[in-house]
This record gives sequence, C-alpha cells and structure tokens, in this order.
Amino acid sequence: MKYLTEFRDGPAARSLAADIRRSVTRPWVLMEVCGGQTHSIIRNGIDQLLPPELELVHGPGCPVCVTPLELIDKALAIAARPGVIFCSFGDMVRVPGSEKDLFRVKSEGGDVRIVYSPLDALRLARQFPDREVVFFGIGFETTAPANAMALHLARREGLRNFSMLVSHVLVPPALEAILSSPTRRVQGFLAAGHVCSVMGYWQYPPIARQWSVPIVVTGFEPLDLLEGIRRAVRQLEAGRAEVENAYPRAVTEEGNRPAQALLAEVFEATDRAWRGIGVIPKSGWRLTEAYRPFDAEARFDVGAIRTVEPARCRAGEVLQGTLKPHQCEAFGKECTPRTPLGATMVSSEGACAAYYHYRPLPGAAGGGTDG
Amino acid sequence: MCLGVPGKVIEIYGESDGVRMGKVDFDGIRKDVCLAYLPDLAVGDYTIVHVGFAITKLDEASALESLRMFRELGLLDEELGQVDPAEQSPPACPIPGWQAPPSTA
Ligand code: SF4
Repeated sequence: MKYLTEFRDGPAARSLAADIRRSVTRPWVLMEVCGGQTHSIIRNGIDQLLPPELELVHGPGCPVCVTPLELIDKALAIAARPGVIFCSFGDMVRVPGSEKDLFRVKSEGGDVRIVYSPLDALRLARQFPDREVVFFGIGFETTAPANAMALHLARREGLRNFSMLVSHVLVPPALEAILSSPTRRVQGFLAAGHVCSVMGYWQYPPIARQWSVPIVVTGFEPLDLLEGIRRAVRQLEAGRAEVENAYPRAVTEEGNRPAQALLAEVFEATDRAWRGIGVIPKSGWRLTEAYRPFDAEARFDVGAIRTVEPARCRAGEVLQGTLKPHQCEAFGKECTPRTPLGATMVSSEGACAAYYHYRPLPGAAGGGTDG
Repeated sequence: MCLGVPGKVIEIYGESDGVRMGKVDFDGIRKDVCLAYLPDLAVGDYTIVHVGFAITKLDEASALESLRMFRELGLLDEELGQVDPAEQSPPACPIPGWQAPPSTA
C-alpha cells in the first residue's frame, strides 16, 4: 500500500514515533475510543511503531457492534413485515441477530434498503405514502445530528408513515463505565475526534479530574493518532491528567451548537444496554415526549423476543479492551467477515474485522507488539 | 459509516422544506449534503460530512490531505455509500478490493 509506506517512512511519523519512544519510561495502557481509530491504527501498523511499554487497547466505539441483540432482533422482525420499507446504514445489514441478519431478511422478500443518510429514508417515506418507512437510527454523537434532523423534518411535515428504531449511544458515560470497572487497565484515553466535532470537549475535564486520566481529543489519520498518543504519554509521564485537543482543525471546545440544540429537542438521556458490555446508566438517547410518535419500537408490536448470543463469541471482552481479537478461539476459523459470529467481525469499525483484514496471520511473523 | 469524509462545497441551495442543503464534491463524487448545522458555511469552503450532514468546517490543506488518504485506501466509495452491500455477493467485506488471506486451517 503506497500510502502506508509513505506514511511510515515519512519524516513526520518518524519524528513523532521517536519522540514517543524517548518519553516513555514505564508501561502505560491507552485506549482509543473510536472504531475508526482502531482501524486506522491496525491498518497503518501504528501500534508497531510504538515502544513495547506502550499498549493500545481498543475501545467500544463501534456503534454497530454495541447495538443490543434484542434491538437487532426487533429490527429483523419489523423489516420482515409486509408493507414496511426498512432502511439501514450498510454496516448493519450483515450484523448477526439471534437467527439471521437483515441481508437474509431481504433475500427472503423483506424490503430492506441500504441508505447513505437518514434523509434518504425520509425521501422514501414521502415517495411511498402507503408504506411504513422505518429507519434504523444507531450511532454515537456523530450520526445523531443527522437522525435528529430527519425526525425534526418528519414531525414538521406531519409524515405519518416514518418512524425510527433508535439506539443511540454516548461516549462520556462509556468512558466512566470503563474507568469504574474493577478490571480497569486503561490509564489514558484518545477521545474520538468527530464525536467532539459535534459535542465539543467541555464534558471531559470532570472525568479527567475524577479518575486522574489524561484525555486527548484525537483525529483518525495516522499522524493525528501518533500526535494524540504522544500527548497522552507526555501527560502520563509528567503525572498530569488533563484534557487536550490534538485535533483542533476539526474540533472546538464548544462543538457544534446548532447540532447540540436540535439534539436536545429530539433526544433525552436514557439507560442503554451495550451489546457484550451490559447496561450503562444514562449512556444513550431516546426520543423526547414530542417525538415519541416516531418511535418504531412503540409503533410495531413484535411480541416477545428471545435472544441467543453465540456462546463462542467473546466480542464483549474485545469491546472492553480485555481481549485482543486474535486471542479469541473462533477468530479466523468459524468466525470471518463472511461467516461472522459477532458484530465486531462485520462492521467496518469493529476490532475483529480490523485484525482480520490487516493482521491475517497472528502468531506468524509480524504479529506486532500487542499480542 | 462514522468516519466522516472531507469535501468542498460547490453549491448551496434551500430545499422546498426550508432546510439549507448544498452540493459537496468529494474528490469527484458529488453528493447532496445538509448544511443546516453550519449556517456560516459558504461555497468554496471545506467541511467534514457524516451520513449526509456537514458537521464541522475544515481548512483546505487538511481536507485535501485527508481526501488523499481516503482515495489511496479505497475508502471513499464505501464511506459515501456508493457501494451497496446488498448488491455485492458475498457482501460482508467492508473494504473494497480486499482479498481474503489464505486459510491457515
Ligand atoms: S473473532 Fe468473531 S467470535 Fe471472536 S470475538 Fe470477534 S466476532 Fe466474536
């Protein structure tokens, strides 16, 4: 890969990596929160440029991966109904539910459509007034403004055939859950750059203070990641625990105010179950009173759901950073992107998929510093 | 889905429902993008777009550098939803052009 070589041999990458090596005097564990960052780290071999004392663990920042199984089963049941047009981001269609996935529902005759934006789903609702159009509204704070706008417009237009199956998750409560875990290893965070583009980073100083962890807002390109790591290591070595912005070209402290205003109108905080992790208090958004008529869960009664997680899948541990994907028995054997047991093997932001694509032969030469 | 791709605003228009929309060029691929969250964004500006929404402004040099990375990694089509996973068979691989590694079993 041309870019990879260029990047790794580039003077900027080399000097950042050298600076990190010089600063490190003891072992440290950092977590990158965003799944896009995980992919960038593994694809570009960033972990292999780091000194052995420094371990990167991969966080739960893959929205597709943490969407609860029960909700996926509900989505499958709704999508299979006659008269429904079920719209989803492409990442979601191969995520395994208890028995099948959305792709299978489609091949069995369900009208499942992959859309790029929730506004595409809205357009379908206008176009087919006699069909029920349901959008699978998942994601972190980055996708939430898009979903909020779709709902805002649907309400304003009085679109009665549009609804959303909402499973929004939030980064700050997830950080606190990781920090308060008895098995906590993480000593510092690279905060997800684009989540902060929307939300700013004013929520983080209390977390950094309370738990004595540096939190560095970081982009997802190779040099951004090295810079974020460098700053976090400097803080750790100096005994500091502050919030720093290493991605100022796309992030301000206050974030995107117009987006935050609409988010506050459409969504309110709720306890949310994270697949493989469990319920985290106030870690998600649900629709506010005014928007509840657009709640697909309330609109479609799908009866009792009995969920079955594949026993062999250890995605929960992968998502919490306690297990590396290739340490899972099923990795690359029963579980591949074509035959995924867990969502982390399907999503373009999932850690198992990242290792499968870019570290295909673990244990063989070049396994890296993170095994 | 949530990486966010930088692009250049080439046209701004208001849709009939009153939301500020625009055309954004991503290295040759043009998309309709909602600009409601960046009221100051002007034609010629660069912005990061998530699932059809501009969420933050970006300077030109950074935007071009990011776009170069997306292009070279072949991620542009995927992030812009140009590849319909339901049309691919088998559709699971999220990285266009990727080949399965040889089986070790
Ligand atoms: S490799 Fe497959 S089975 Fe193992 S944790 Fe990842 S998704 Fe689950």
